[in-house]
Amino acid sequence: MKRVVITGLGIYSCLGKTLDEVRDSLYSGKSGIVFDQERKDMGFRSALTAKLEVPDLKSELSRSQRAFMPEQAKYAFWATRDALLQAGIDQDYLDSHDVGLIYGNDSSADPTVRAVDTIREKKDTTLCGSGAIFQSMNSTVTMNLGCIFHLKGINLTISAACASGSHSIGLGSLLIQNGLQDLIVCGGAQEVNPFSIGSFDGISAFSTRENEPTKASRPFDRDRDGLVPGGGAATVIIEEYEHAVKRGAHILAEIVGWGFSSNGDHISSPNVEGPTKSLEHAIKRAGIDIREVGYINAHATSTHIGDTNEAKAIYNVFGDQRVEVTSTKSQTGHEMWMAGASEIVYSMLMMKNGFIGANLNFENPDEDSAKLLIPAKRVEKKFDMFLSNSFGFGGTNSTLIIKDWK
Amino acid sequence: MDKKVLIEKVNQVLAEEFETDIEKITPDANIKKTLELDSLSLVDMIALIDNEFGVKIDNTELPKIQTFQALYDYLEEKTK
Repeated sequence: MKRVVITGLGIYSCLGKTLDEVRDSLYSGKSGIVFDQERKDMGFRSALTAKLEVPDLKSELSRSQRAFMPEQAKYAFWATRDALLQAGIDQDYLDSHDVGLIYGNDSSADPTVRAVDTIREKKDTTLCGSGAIFQSMNSTVTMNLGCIFHLKGINLTISAACASGSHSIGLGSLLIQNGLQDLIVCGGAQEVNPFSIGSFDGISAFSTRENEPTKASRPFDRDRDGLVPGGGAATVIIEEYEHAVKRGAHILAEIVGWGFSSNGDHISSPNVEGPTKSLEHAIKRAGIDIREVGYINAHATSTHIGDTNEAKAIYNVFGDQRVEVTSTKSQTGHEMWMAGASEIVYSMLMMKNGFIGANLNFENPDEDSAKLLIPAKRVEKKFDMFLSNSFGFGGTNSTLIIKDWK
Repeated sequence: MDKKVLIEKVNQVLAEEFETDIEKITPDANIKKTLELDSLSLVDMIALIDNEFGVKIDNTELPKIQTFQALYDYLEEKTK
């Protein structure tokens, strides 16, 4: 099997638009959560959200290119442009190689709703405009990025709920391990507009701690009352090791394990067995001793059952081998389709800079989180391997294990 | 709408939407060439005209509207 390394990272998130900004936000414990009056006016149960502005790409992309891009494709363009730059990949390289693209995305509600509104109001489909169809499809991110960057390898969207971004990296690494691709642009994107999560709000999944937005996302804390939606995009450039060496790339880390499983159980309530299996699968495939893992980036979204069952799964696997566990969602909210990729970026930034950011708002443990080592304050710690969990609706689970490259 | 005002508004919204130098929009110029429209962005022009002037260009009429002058005349007729 071939080895798979990471050579580029890019991010557009509520914690920053560059790797340096995001690193500083992780270090200082900044929260990206705000109260959004527009959502309240629309009848939302919870008006809490991560705050992001849609980037103005007028100077970089033509009008016709932008016409097909919903907000999450713009975030993904931003992250991918920066990740390719870090990886030392220019347009000449993209034009002359079969570079792949596997990106997580599981909705595009805003353009879908607008098109339907137009059809209902005008009773004329032409008036939806040319962008509506390309913006509305789940594969909008990969279709846009593939055309913009002239990518000619595999082109695939992963729709696996909140594990989409993680599965994209896992599946990409599998293709490279088997010699089917040398380099793949992986990642995850998440739209941040009221339409995209209105019905999610409707099932009482969100925190209603509206008077304290920055305290609302509190993974593992006893008094958590739900998640806060977020979004943006993160890109991870993954590459076959020999290929990276041959072109003189700066290798950042190695993907040593990917585990996956499906709960085959309830559509929204996660269980313990499925996540446990995903963790065990990743560790087995990586061929590591769990004592090598220096940090666990948990999926924990700040919901009661989700955090409890993940804490149990981690304890099942790691037992009394206590290692720092945090959820960066305490800062970002739940970045859903993007989360599996962004949390690799966040964890990489912490690993490269020798710290573990605080699990914000972890004030009191519950029975299960008390068994884990969850730092409520930033820890200065050098570590060279981390594990990152991502779980999604329908019981889809993904676990990645990443080793530093020095 | 006064025709001069209509022409100015047409030129302004088209130049802005399709990011074209407004000076290039002259009565005899070809719409598709000037605005660099393909089959997809032509759909956007139809939607834009509907939004701005409340006029849906009929598909059967579209082939006849090749120049900006033809578009001005069509809109003038439809907004009377």
